[in-house]
Amino acid sequence: MSQPFAKLPAWADYGLLPLINLIVAFLVAGLVVLLVGESPIDAAVLMVKGAFGSGDGVGYTLYYATNFIFTGLCVAVAFHCGLFNIGGEGQAYIGGLGVSLVGLWLGNFLPWWLTFPLAILASALVGALWALIPAWLQAKRGSHVVITTIMFNFIAASIMVYLLVGVLKPAGSQAPETRVFAEGGQLPGLGWLLNLVGLSMRSAPLNVSFLLALVAAFLVWVLIWRTKLGYEIRTMGFSPKAARYAGISELRIIIITMMISGALAGMMALNPIMGAQHRMQLDFVAGAGFVGIAVALMGRSHPAGIVLAAILFGMLYQGGAEIAFDMPNISRDMIVIIQGLVILFAGALEHMFRPSLQRIFYRLGRAKNRTAAAVIAGGNQ
Amino acid sequence: MAEPAIELVGIDKRFGAVHANRDIHMRVEKGTIHGIIGENGAGKSTLMSILYGFYQADSGEIRINGQATRIADPNAAIALGIGMVHQHFMLVEKFTVLENVMLGVEGAPLLKNGISKARAELKRLEREYQLDVDPDALIEELPVGLQQRVEILKALYRGAEILVLDEPTGVLTPPEADHLFRILEQLKSQGKTIVLITHKLREIMAVTDNVSVMRQGAVVATRKTEETTVEELAELMVGRRVLLRVQKGEAKPGGVKLSVENLTVRDSRGVVMVDDASFDVRAGEIVGIAGVAGNGQSQLIETIAGIRAAVSGRVLLDGQIIDITGAADPGELRDRGLAHVPEDRHHMGLVLAFEEYENSILGYQDDPLYLNGPFLDLEAIKADARKKIEKYDIRPSDPRLKTANFSGGNQQKIVLAREMERDPGVLIIGQPTRGVDVGAIEFIHKRIIEMRDAGKAVLLVSVELDEIRSLSDRILVMFAGRIVGERDSDADEGELGLLMAGVEHKEAAE
Repeated sequence: MSQPFAKLPAWADYGLLPLINLIVAFLVAGLVVLLVGESPIDAAVLMVKGAFGSGDGVGYTLYYATNFIFTGLCVAVAFHCGLFNIGGEGQAYIGGLGVSLVGLWLGNFLPWWLTFPLAILASALVGALWALIPAWLQAKRGSHVVITTIMFNFIAASIMVYLLVGVLKPAGSQAPETRVFAEGGQLPGLGWLLNLVGLSMRSAPLNVSFLLALVAAFLVWVLIWRTKLGYEIRTMGFSPKAARYAGISELRIIIITMMISGALAGMMALNPIMGAQHRMQLDFVAGAGFVGIAVALMGRSHPAGIVLAAILFGMLYQGGAEIAFDMPNISRDMIVIIQGLVILFAGALEHMFRPSLQRIFYRLGRAKNRTAAAVIAGGNQ
Repeated sequence: MAEPAIELVGIDKRFGAVHANRDIHMRVEKGTIHGIIGENGAGKSTLMSILYGFYQADSGEIRINGQATRIADPNAAIALGIGMVHQHFMLVEKFTVLENVMLGVEGAPLLKNGISKARAELKRLEREYQLDVDPDALIEELPVGLQQRVEILKALYRGAEILVLDEPTGVLTPPEADHLFRILEQLKSQGKTIVLITHKLREIMAVTDNVSVMRQGAVVATRKTEETTVEELAELMVGRRVLLRVQKGEAKPGGVKLSVENLTVRDSRGVVMVDDASFDVRAGEIVGIAGVAGNGQSQLIETIAGIRAAVSGRVLLDGQIIDITGAADPGELRDRGLAHVPEDRHHMGLVLAFEEYENSILGYQDDPLYLNGPFLDLEAIKADARKKIEKYDIRPSDPRLKTANFSGGNQQKIVLAREMERDPGVLIIGQPTRGVDVGAIEFIHKRIIEMRDAGKAVLLVSVELDEIRSLSDRILVMFAGRIVGERDSDADEGELGLLMAGVEHKEAAE
């Protein structure tokens, strides 16, 4: 009785509904573009062309997507446990420390394929430890992770400013960043991958971290749906009472989940630091931690959905930069508005169109039944 | 013959694939008590929701006092003189009785005039129907029975001539239920029409004039109550013959399996929920704990099952002390042979968002049988789930179906299968048949008796006194956290009812 309307088929639930949300978001964004006196159609063409029209465009799009896959997975894993980790920003930022230490030190004498796994471990470890404190506070003291993780973002930012300005900056430099890593601290690009599909990438920073992100997405899927730990995480996420009943330790699960979540965020630091800039710069996360929340929402906390949503947001970033460049009336801030609209419709208002869609499907279903009945009746005559 | 108060003509309602009401015809005569009985999901609540304007029928007509009407929303229903007393009370706990009664019909932006008028009207209603409630009492301080009276007053205050009560006795003690029935008789004698929705056959027989039986969305029969029997109604409800009496042999109690000594439990606010409780459960017997909901039974069994912390006392399982400090691992207790079917099936016993097979291992997820290193052995789990589905006749028989999509009875069978198939030494069962249809009740009761006959110690908690009486070999009565009495299974119902209401307890204290 609690289900007043027909259930949507899976393809409509996971495909059609997000698509409608996205179209509405773009329509409203189009209105905004219209308001500032530019053609929305031109802007849309520019965006898609900018994001997918060239090897470098694709390279940038996937480079941004890499960041968002990591931070999206970070949010999703915590979601499955019923935790809202909005500290991905800080966990990724502080994770940069792990990457940089490996890059600055081991990068001097080890080849990249040795430093890479070590940097993965270091970034994951630092990110996980940064998430451990809020996790412990939540599990032991009941301090809400939403509050503590966002506080930890500020702490991380302050620490990093202090380190980059005072400790890690090479003497004599004016820029708040580390020195450039030696060759062993630089990840190879993925130009060859784009060559396979006939695109050439010259300056885009797409690198092997993208492949790592895809592997991480797969591993998260395995973790959540194929392991005992994932089972326990989901039990806790759906019903803490059921978890208690099942003998699942709340303390243990919250801490482990948050550490995995933090580790995923930490690994995001590999992409810009070792993959693109080959040094750590101030504010290299640049909001990717927060975009991860939208990506996880839009991807319904499923790794496959997250990869797709991350690519969409990568497109918005890359294509948006192109629009800002070519249309003088549209500034970077306008791009942020458009991204905000996508987050609003695809994330926050995710279910706005669900009831109407359900009603339509219900009517369609009834019409079909009636036709079928008429056919049978006709056949009997 | 006078026009009927309510006449439903061909009411039909679908929710997607679910045909909740099929072509319903029903006449409720003025000044009678009309019962509607049926299993969970038979469509009773949907039908009443249509009458009260929550839903619109897909087709069909509602006639009130002979007039065809369209009831678009509850306001329209109220205007037609229909009042509804919901199963879950719609009262503001922090408001007084008076404030609740006048809520929504205050009359003016300033309350002053409305209050004095409402007070006068309330006095009149109380006099007329002997519905005594202190108008200035806070709702949260009233016992449940009185809260229900406030709901009835609310309906009458709005001018209800037709009163619909949805499962009104679910939260009442037997004496409170009897009192409610006297009120209903009183209302009837004043010319009100009453529709009583219930799944309890006894209540239908006790108080109604006519009864309609619903099954799978349709009215399958309407009878004059005096011309029918409990057996006939039960058969009509389920669609086949059912055993209402539980068949069981003599208990052969063995050694003590579970022992509770001076157990005291407080809730998170520090209120004493279990007060110095002591009892034993032996192998091969069923000990039932009777009591009105909220008298500490839930806390008692949750503490024994290692979910809740106790303040003091001891619990022994097979002579070995159980950790009741709150640090106990329910998983470890399971290994020691203690199985627990929790009262709250929806939030504790099951994860409704899980597929059936995932719930079939809840609590046993550490068992190497279901694991492959750190990975779940999905094939083994599903095979095991299929076996249980077959043995416990769980329908639909699909381990991949989301648990929320099973009916209450089948959900309960999922939990029972999981806990009973482990062959535990001690089985704790809370509300085994709450929200479960008659057909499944018979099955579940049989299983519980089988567990007893297999030499298990069974501790049973239920708010259904009939269930406690028909299953238990010994009955403990809980009131305000204390065990206030122990009786044999053939104890007098009235006596148990008084114990449940704390009567003897109070006398002893004086």
